[in-house]
Amino acid sequence: MVLKELCALRGVSGNEHEVRDFLLEKVRKTADEVRVDRMGNVLALKKADRADAPTILLDAHMDEVGMIVVGVNDNGLLSYDTVGGIDSRVVVSKHVCVGEKAVPGVIGAKAIHLQTAAERETVLGHSDLYIDIGAKDKAQAEELVQPGDYVSFDSDYVEFGDGYVKARALDDRVGCMTLLRILENRYDVNVVCAFTCQEEIGLNGALAARFGVECDAAVVMEGTSANDLGCVEDHQKVCSLKKGVAVSFMDNSALHDRQLFARMLEIGREAGIPCQVKNRVAGGNDAGPIRSSREAVATVVLSVPCRNIHSPSSVAAFEDMDAQYALTDAFLRQAANCPTHRS
Amino acid sequence: MKETFQKLLNTYGATGREEKVADVIEEMIRPYVDEIHRDAMGNLIAVRHGQGKRILYAAHMDHIGFIVTDIDEKGFLRVHNVGGVRKLNSLNRHVVFENGVNGVFSSEADPDNSHLQDLSTAFIDIGAKDRADAEARVRIGDVAVYAPDFFELGSDMLAGPAMDNRAGCCVLIETLKALKQRTNEIIAVFTVQEEVGCRGAMAAAYAMNPDLGVALDVTLCGDTPGGPKIAVKAGEGPCVKIMDSSLVCSPKVVRLMEDAAQRAGVKAQREVLTAGGTDASRIQLTRGGVHAGVLSIACRYVHSACEAVSLSDMEGGVKLLTALSERNVD
Repeated sequence: MVLKELCALRGVSGNEHEVRDFLLEKVRKTADEVRVDRMGNVLALKKADRADAPTILLDAHMDEVGMIVVGVNDNGLLSYDTVGGIDSRVVVSKHVCVGEKAVPGVIGAKAIHLQTAAERETVLGHSDLYIDIGAKDKAQAEELVQPGDYVSFDSDYVEFGDGYVKARALDDRVGCMTLLRILENRYDVNVVCAFTCQEEIGLNGALAARFGVECDAAVVMEGTSANDLGCVEDHQKVCSLKKGVAVSFMDNSALHDRQLFARMLEIGREAGIPCQVKNRVAGGNDAGPIRSSREAVATVVLSVPCRNIHSPSSVAAFEDMDAQYALTDAFLRQAANCPTHRS
Repeated sequence: MKETFQKLLNTYGATGREEKVADVIEEMIRPYVDEIHRDAMGNLIAVRHGQGKRILYAAHMDHIGFIVTDIDEKGFLRVHNVGGVRKLNSLNRHVVFENGVNGVFSSEADPDNSHLQDLSTAFIDIGAKDRADAEARVRIGDVAVYAPDFFELGSDMLAGPAMDNRAGCCVLIETLKALKQRTNEIIAVFTVQEEVGCRGAMAAAYAMNPDLGVALDVTLCGDTPGGPKIAVKAGEGPCVKIMDSSLVCSPKVVRLMEDAAQRAGVKAQREVLTAGGTDASRIQLTRGGVHAGVLSIACRYVHSACEAVSLSDMEGGVKLLTALSERNVD
């Protein structure tokens, strides 16, 4: 399955070449025009089956959160910093891969037996943690890694339970998968699929991509945080697994177009595609720079709910991914009369 | 001017939900401009043709508020802030939605004041019987603002919600009415979504490609007991901004504005603000860079339901802006 292949690829922000190469091979078979811009975004155009059709921009980011080596210590342990937002509580005792050669490493911390009562109450920060690559000293470590090497979580792709999957980087390989599926179809609108880079460190790729694409509306495909575990009040859940694709009216990076938001819910209702409204304003995404950079454009975000997002063990449900694809597909089938503001 | 201002203050226009106030402004300015359109974000963009430089004025229409994120089974609405609206300033206040539905903004009991800043325990009560009743009147994604409620404060001031930034909109509308010469190409943009990061101005400035940009907005006022530390007083004239935390104004624009004030016989104050930001920050960084500045109106109690501004400061602002528009700005 393509999701398994996508999640096996390492693509920490700024180092997306594995994901990009994989996607390029796929989209060259389906898209009419493919290019890579100077940021490293992949832009794939599927032309409409008629002239003078509006253009819809679809966005999914290729990158994932990870770490980067900032120093090699005398004892052979590596200091690191995060690339994108990672809770330091999720990294302890996790297996990682360092650098292009994927050198195995483990993020270590003092064992519970050795901690004082005060230490047990304290959360260790990333600057207190080190990556152990099994080197006896600095010289030996430097034969394998150097500062600037990217570090990614090493975590198996596991399908489990009743239609769930656990993997790293579901945010946003699920979106990449949806775009690959969309590119297999032809619509009566032009579809530009932007597979962007560097979303996790400031929505950088999408900003450049927006300046390279003329479009009439944009739909962003995301994996977003589901807060549906434990005793969480309904209004704090953000979204829940197996309740369909989450449609956003607002994120920290954008207030979305009202008509587009309403239309997505309407299409979902009419076509029987499970959707839910993302009911908490949290996180930002590529819709921010797309909405207000260059000339204004209408945006909306369709997300697959993910538990434990930005960790080695994100969890999502296949039926929500299918809903993301189905809603996008249904929208594109009736997007030809999309209101255009292009001047 | 007072009539224009009152109409603006009585019109709903939340951040991201500016259509109604844009409709009112469009109606007001149509006779005074040559072209008018709206972009995909809802910016209202009007052009009055002229010979010289392209001068863009930006006044944001949006008003901070609360966006509905969830409706519970008893019909209470949970919310998230849109812009810098504070829970403490808002407790048990009258709020209103775009469709006129009234509500009370309130909070779960908080006996030791431990979550005065925490919006996750806040809610809006629209007097609904249950979820279905609430959903018949309000939908997730709708935005409530402080209900219009302005009043005269002394002989020269007006207080109430949404002075930020209907004051700036009013100054721009009255300037368009006052213009006689066609010295410069005047691009009047009534912007959206300023309160969440000047997003509307960013797109509009790119699209309109100006030579010079001036934002019209309110600023803090340092003349109240223990108030903000800023050398700005209400009633002492419109302010020429030197800087705030989002931009250092172009010295050229500062000079042009101070010169315009002098020629118009308007007493202006210099404003140095160590916080805040305005649309000018995004205009300045558009494309290859734009000479940008700000005309500010001193405002007490910014981002509360009792913002207070001086009408004479606004009148001074109209004269200053008119003089600026009708001079050679090379």
